[in-house]
Amino acid sequence: MELKDLIKPENLVYDKSKVQRDVYMHYCPGCSHGVVHKILSELIEELDIQDKTIGIAPVGCAVFAYNYIDVDWQEAAHGRAPAVATGVARLNPEKFVFTYQGDGDLASIGSAEIMHACNRGENILVIFINNGIYGMTGGQMAPTTLEGMVTSTTPSGRNTDLNGYPMKITNLIAELPGTSYVTRQAVHTAAAVRKCKRSVKKAIQNVLDKKGTSFVEVVSTCNSGWKMTPDGANKWMAENMLPYYPLGDLKDSIKGEPISEN
Amino acid sequence: MAEIRLMKGNEVLAEAAIRCGCDGYFGYPITPQSEVMETLMAREPWNETGMVVLQAESEVAAINMLYGAAGTGKKSMTSSSSPGISLMSEGLSYIAGAELPCLVVNVQRGGPGLGTIQPSQADYFQAVKGGGHGDYKLIVLAPSSVQEMNDFVDLGFELAFKYRNPAMILTDGALGQMMEKVELAEFKPRWTEEEIENKFGVWASTGKKTNRDRNVVTSLVMDSEEMEQNNLRFQEKYKKMEEEEVRYEAIQCEDADFIIVAFGTCSRVCLKSVELARAKGLKVGLLRPITLFPFPNKIIKELARKSKGFLSVEMSAGQMVEDIKLAVYEAGSTVRVNYYGRMGGIIPTPEEVVDALEDKFSWEISYGVKRSY
Amino acid sequence: MTEEMIIAGFGGQGVLSMGKILAYSGIMEDKEVTWFPSYGPEMRGGTANVTVILSDTRISSPIVKHFDTAIILNQQSLDKFQDSVKPGGTLLYDPNGIIHPPERTDINIYKVDATVTAVEMGNPKVFNMIVFGSYLKVRPILTLDNVEKGLEKSLPVRYHKLIPLNIQAIKKGQEIVESVLEV
Ligand SMILES: Cc1ncc(C[n+]2csc(CCOP(=O)(O)OP(=O)(O)O)c2C)c(N)n1
Repeated sequence: MELKDLIKPENLVYDKSKVQRDVYMHYCPGCSHGVVHKILSELIEELDIQDKTIGIAPVGCAVFAYNYIDVDWQEAAHGRAPAVATGVARLNPEKFVFTYQGDGDLASIGSAEIMHACNRGENILVIFINNGIYGMTGGQMAPTTLEGMVTSTTPSGRNTDLNGYPMKITNLIAELPGTSYVTRQAVHTAAAVRKCKRSVKKAIQNVLDKKGTSFVEVVSTCNSGWKMTPDGANKWMAENMLPYYPLGDLKDSIKGEPISEN
Repeated sequence: MAEIRLMKGNEVLAEAAIRCGCDGYFGYPITPQSEVMETLMAREPWNETGMVVLQAESEVAAINMLYGAAGTGKKSMTSSSSPGISLMSEGLSYIAGAELPCLVVNVQRGGPGLGTIQPSQADYFQAVKGGGHGDYKLIVLAPSSVQEMNDFVDLGFELAFKYRNPAMILTDGALGQMMEKVELAEFKPRWTEEEIENKFGVWASTGKKTNRDRNVVTSLVMDSEEMEQNNLRFQEKYKKMEEEEVRYEAIQCEDADFIIVAFGTCSRVCLKSVELARAKGLKVGLLRPITLFPFPNKIIKELARKSKGFLSVEMSAGQMVEDIKLAVYEAGSTVRVNYYGRMGGIIPTPEEVVDALEDKFSWEISYGVKRSY
Repeated sequence: MTEEMIIAGFGGQGVLSMGKILAYSGIMEDKEVTWFPSYGPEMRGGTANVTVILSDTRISSPIVKHFDTAIILNQQSLDKFQDSVKPGGTLLYDPNGIIHPPERTDINIYKVDATVTAVEMGNPKVFNMIVFGSYLKVRPILTLDNVEKGLEKSLPVRYHKLIPLNIQAIKKGQEIVESVLEV
């Protein structure tokens, strides 16, 4: 059989989402950002909301998210994406607005903005990439860095006496009445990717239904920053990150209702 | 014998801080200066001198930690790069208002906004004209070599404490990332609690003793009369700095027809431009301001009377050139002041600068006299 | 004496560390030195280059347009820096992966098959020291003694046991460098 006979639409088994732009990604091989970008692109296509989506990009490795997902974007200052999203969403209530933030951006410099946007119940989706480190600036400690974990600013491992404890910011977010759906997912296995996609879909639907803030944490790898192979980083994450940051829904309620027991 | 090492500008800032008896460093990672905190964390000075090093959750937090530490009379510093310094500007205004001595390092990158991580000098205005709100000044030091990155840490603290005023080392990504031979300073002990109480007990919040009134560190003065008096006192202080603390280097200016004015990385480039221009038969000199505030007005006024032109060379759209023009104007001179520069993280080449000089002063060069506006 | 040079190749080839050892050796020879790297995300696996200046007098510009010497370790860098060598200057390159060799006729050109030799020596990591040796052969501005001291200074103590291997690689580089063109 000739190649040209094979290349037919009916033989196509995989195609990239049309919402994902056809450009080279700058992410390191093995990085979780690419997978989450793909999930978002596919869902925006599936739900047919490309024309009403406005993304707010963070400062961090995902600063260039606007190069990869083919929607309108605004690039925020470091940590300020939830405030920018508030401005966009309040004045454009019919749009689908989401922020995409790392753990340094969201849990460190932007911890005030995220708390207050969630507390106000802004009708937005927050994607929170928790890779336990500052990837972009070369692997410094993040608030989420595990105890004992080596980073360039904790060269002998995170010491809780000096640097405090790994912050479970998603648990704090779940306490806020403004949030309606808060979940923690991962993308290190095919099954986890499918599950994560279902969660993000539900979260987007929540925003489209105007149910307040939906918050999806994705426990992620940064194999460059962790100085591991992509595969090694996935294993390390499963063994070390997931026991501290267990996966699953933290809250699934309508805005304003009390947190369900779990 | 003094210890000689090959070090990056950023690394030497950290080493110099430890050696000069600095008590505390607060910072937040940002390229191109993250090595400052990384070097400190690897050196673990808390084991050696007792110096505290803390990664803050943001630059806003870092500058307020600095406010607190400096308010107790401790030698404290932070470092960041342009976007982070913008965030610190609010805190800097409070620090200047409360008259707290401390050291802030800005390893500049190209802006505005997130811009680029490559070197720039576009924060000149922000550094010398204030940055935050209110009438205040920082003492601004502009190193041009890794050696000066080392030396100015101690000098910065010295001036900051002398005037009870924040000092800034205004440098850039090139000097931060560059390695050069550096002669490290000897270790100085940190001040003890008693020394601080004796030196600064009059103002620092070190704990009220029975023999003195309580000390309140604040920038708030509700009474306008009183606040005006405060402002007048600040202005006196800035004037004294202008009289006593100006530092500059004048290279081959004695016989020069044209004076290039440049600081930091640009001054290094222009040092070579002077060589190249002289080889072409052009009498060019270099004036290198070391303190950007206080600005070397006096020497510029002197040079204005005998030279045929000034060229300000900057990695910005032309900021320092305005201060040169002011000095030339105050000298009553009509000599022309031009600017040449690059932006966005590009460093001009020595050849480019000579071309610009020949181009902008072609009239003066061909007629051999100065041309008035 | 002032020697302004550029060392350019891929990240991971040891470009920056070769420059650092060179600079430290210069300090041992009582010279002024400046080591100025390209920096930024391009470091990750992309191209890397560093300007190194050694001088008996105060060093002026770290930004150099015309180099006395260029040490070139990949094609992109050759294309980028070939024309920046001063007439009469020196270009040293490793032919591995070079499709379009240098074409200048007014400079000294040398080549060193360091990639292959490093593999033959059983340690690809000494690649940059072989190149360094070749440089020292064609531009004998530093003594081997001071280079050894420079290595001691620039390598962390735990790597000091590797110094003899590095010196061996430097000597190998001095032996195998070939002249392509001398003006
Ligand atoms: C005000 C300010 N401070 C610091 C920086 C430098 N900076 C850029 S990205 C980053 C951290 C990003 O880490 P994270 O949010 O965890 O994202 P990741 O890169 O790991 O995806 C920092 C500190 C900046 N751009 N602006």
